[in-house]
Amino acid sequence: MDSLDPQGPIAKDIDGLFRLTLYIATAIFILVQGGLLYAAIRYRDRGERTPEPKQIEGNARLEVIWTVIPVLILASIAVPTVDRIFKYTSCSDDALHIEVIGHQWWFEYGYPDEGFTTANVLVMPTDTEVCLDMSSDDVLHNYWIPKLNGKRYLVPGQDTVLLLEATEPGEYWGQCGEFCGLSHAKMRARVIAMAPDDYAGWLAEQQQVAVMPAEGSLEQAGLDLFLGGQCVSCHNISGVTAANPALVDGAIYGPDLTHFASRSVFAGAVLNLDDPGALEEWIDNPPLIKPGSFMPNIDLTQQEIEALAAYLRSLD
Amino acid sequence: MATTATPGSRTIFRRPASHTGFWSWITTADHKKIGIMYGYTAFTFFILGGLEALLLRIQLSQPDSAFLSAAEYNAMFTMHGTTMIFLFVMPVSAAFFNYLLPLMIGARDVAFPRMNAVSFWIFLFGGIFLYTSFLFGTTGPPAGGNLAEAASRLGSGPNGGWFGYAPNSGIRFSTGTVMDYWSIGLQILGLASLISSINFIVTVFNMRAKGMKLLRMPVFVWMTTVVAFLLLFSLPIIAVALFMITFDRSFGTLFFDPSMGGDPVLWQHFFWLFGHPEVYILILPAMGIVSEVLPTFSRKPLFGYPAVVFAGAAIGFMGFGVWAHHMFSSGVTPITQAAFGLSTMAIAIPTGIKIFNWIGTVWGGKIKLNTPMLFSIGFVGMFVIGGLSGVTHSIVPADWQQTDTYYIVAHFHYVLFGGAIFGLFSGLYYWFPKLTGRMYSEALGKLHFWVFFIGFNLTFGPMHWLGLNGMVRRTWVYAEETGLGPWNMAVTVGAFIIALGVLVFMANWSWSKRNGPIAPFDPWDARTLEWTMPSPTPEYNFAVNPVVTALDDFWHKKYTEDSDGRPVRRPEATALVAELEEVGLNPPAPIHLPNPSYYPFLVGLGMPMIGYGVIYRGAAWGIPLGIVGALIIVGSFIGWGVEPLEEPHEEHEDHSDEPGTDHGEDA
Repeated sequence: MDSLDPQGPIAKDIDGLFRLTLYIATAIFILVQGGLLYAAIRYRDRGERTPEPKQIEGNARLEVIWTVIPVLILASIAVPTVDRIFKYTSCSDDALHIEVIGHQWWFEYGYPDEGFTTANVLVMPTDTEVCLDMSSDDVLHNYWIPKLNGKRYLVPGQDTVLLLEATEPGEYWGQCGEFCGLSHAKMRARVIAMAPDDYAGWLAEQQQVAVMPAEGSLEQAGLDLFLGGQCVSCHNISGVTAANPALVDGAIYGPDLTHFASRSVFAGAVLNLDDPGALEEWIDNPPLIKPGSFMPNIDLTQQEIEALAAYLRSLD
Repeated sequence: MATTATPGSRTIFRRPASHTGFWSWITTADHKKIGIMYGYTAFTFFILGGLEALLLRIQLSQPDSAFLSAAEYNAMFTMHGTTMIFLFVMPVSAAFFNYLLPLMIGARDVAFPRMNAVSFWIFLFGGIFLYTSFLFGTTGPPAGGNLAEAASRLGSGPNGGWFGYAPNSGIRFSTGTVMDYWSIGLQILGLASLISSINFIVTVFNMRAKGMKLLRMPVFVWMTTVVAFLLLFSLPIIAVALFMITFDRSFGTLFFDPSMGGDPVLWQHFFWLFGHPEVYILILPAMGIVSEVLPTFSRKPLFGYPAVVFAGAAIGFMGFGVWAHHMFSSGVTPITQAAFGLSTMAIAIPTGIKIFNWIGTVWGGKIKLNTPMLFSIGFVGMFVIGGLSGVTHSIVPADWQQTDTYYIVAHFHYVLFGGAIFGLFSGLYYWFPKLTGRMYSEALGKLHFWVFFIGFNLTFGPMHWLGLNGMVRRTWVYAEETGLGPWNMAVTVGAFIIALGVLVFMANWSWSKRNGPIAPFDPWDARTLEWTMPSPTPEYNFAVNPVVTALDDFWHKKYTEDSDGRPVRRPEATALVAELEEVGLNPPAPIHLPNPSYYPFLVGLGMPMIGYGVIYRGAAWGIPLGIVGALIIVGSFIGWGVEPLEEPHEEHEDHSDEPGTDHGEDA
């Protein structure tokens, strides 16, 4: 989560511009602060030894100087600023498009060419300009992966775009930037950048339908609970559920779980799938972990929780 | 001699007559008493806002802390911002305006004394109304969401942020009543400021002493005037927006509801078109104070007076043209971003002019580093940091990174705390003798400054770093893996050091106003008119209407210049000061003053009743309560209309043996 350690060309360019400004500002800071401190100490009242000061009411030449010099400095940073604004607010024609939809409190990612959706973890290829086509399902959200670019709002009823580009494969942290209600703090994001070959493999896997558990296994019991209970009214699992709740107009729905176990984090990228017990705690009482959560506590027994968790962990 | 009228009997109620005691404060139309009430009320809210900040900091001192719940945290940050802006910095500035503006321009009161009282009472009742959300407000998850536990009372304050972005502040996502308290409360508070802005403008343009041309006004008066115009033009915008959101929430309109074709970004434009001038409303009064303090304690005139004045006015104008820099990541068009990036850069120029002129003022002076001067120099130093970090926001792509992070929190606290609040404390110490007739403790004052200075920088300095390292604003918890824990702990320690500084200030204030040494007539060898009268200021202000012949008139009456341009005290200065003191206490002719009135208080009282009426319109008592409130307001205005400002004087009693000292600061 460190904007000072950019990992892609856009973030690096912005960082360069920021550092340039920072150096100029530091120079001005030293000059002005130094002048103020010097004056306060040099001219302090030492009683008789300090003469009464000359009554100087101003100096027109100085006024002009300290008006014009800042104008010139600002003009010199205005030029690259305006250039970068136009450069980074629209996508090029050959950019890879991924859809981002903000929900209270998780990010949904759609891959329109391949026709699947995922959540919480955005997977993208390295060395490729990725154009995020963003919108929101409820309130304002703000997408921010500091190492890859600045922020852009997700606005309900409007479309915004954000460019991401990563140089190295890796995992990049993110967070919703705009206050979006009770659990704003727990609306995080994770980007995984993969080499293009790995990305192609990942795409192929994600287009498969969900694996089916073995007959009579704990996972099978979990699947039965999933289909027989409330889960199915909000979550889609391709190849398992009859209808996708996300396709019902105006419905509130949750993350697509078809390849749930392929994602390192869940619940708004707040919980790690590898942490023992994290998934069970979440299923047991979601509003306890994420206040206001749309996923309710449905009073499952410990056995039911374990079965559901086992099933979800099998969905790789 | 200094007489005020005996109560008349021609109105329905007996006219209040007392000049001391509880009812004199409730019914006063004296700008000084109103100023003092503004000051104490605002300071009370400052304590509340500060306690809220401490709770926020305890919560953030460690990652994944459970000290506050999400609901409590959201209420605390919303009310911290709302309180500090609307209930502390704005009204404490109004306290300065009220107390000082007439004194500095040589007037007996503001143009509309009872309107002035109305402003205060509406402010007070509006603030109380807003805070009753913690007692009666309800909060809930968004429609369809779930809670593990209901919100506590602490979590039942307004919780949509001081900026109340739609649609989160709308009825679908904020299902309880707390955001109704917020939108209606701010509406009431805005009305108070709007009324006082008109009052100040009329006062400045009509009530100046003879000879006080506009360019002979103290810079503080100039900045007050600019602020009054900013209020006059920006408050109607937020008033309209607040009505729209109140109607969205209560009466089914859809201005900001995107699911029905409303536009949430429109709210952002409305809010910041008010909100950015608001920033200058908060900082310009402090700039005015500093422009009085620096010359006095440097024994030099303000360097480049016209440049400072015009730069202040320019900031006022340009302040209306930079609002969208709060929205660079909102998805506004690149042309908008470029235009507002450039205008934001441009506003740095007049701001820079002010800073350079302040340094020019102290340069070559004979500087007395007492408490007000330390706070003013601290103001300039801290404001430079806030100004420079502000310029980095005009580098739009950099702002995409920094917006909504603690970098922004650091920036505006350097401007509004290191800037505005340091400047306001400078003024509180500077005018303490004027207000109380006594001197504060210099040792405690300096201790306050250094504790504040260290605490402030420890609190807000590391926030720059936190923001650049990915700490997002308004997040109630952050992950341990971010590594932000230690820096957050440092910030929390800093916040408690600031709180310690506030305690030092309160101790100094409450001790010194009773036990401090009696202040000399002109304790600072000052430059402006308010020091030409006894302290505490007599109820009638000036015993004789002053005549002004120069900028810094009082100074020029005391000093002339030698051939080298250095000040030489006039031989007659001592006699002049003695005469001012003598005459100030014994006015040669009767002075008519506005009479006290019950009506302003009643107008204020009616306001929250309407607010409750709107919120609880579903309850049997809701609408009747609102109607009663409206009737009280209308009735009070009618009563006020038929009540003359001054009762006819039956006879002039001689009060020369009780020279006004009991009208001072004894709240």
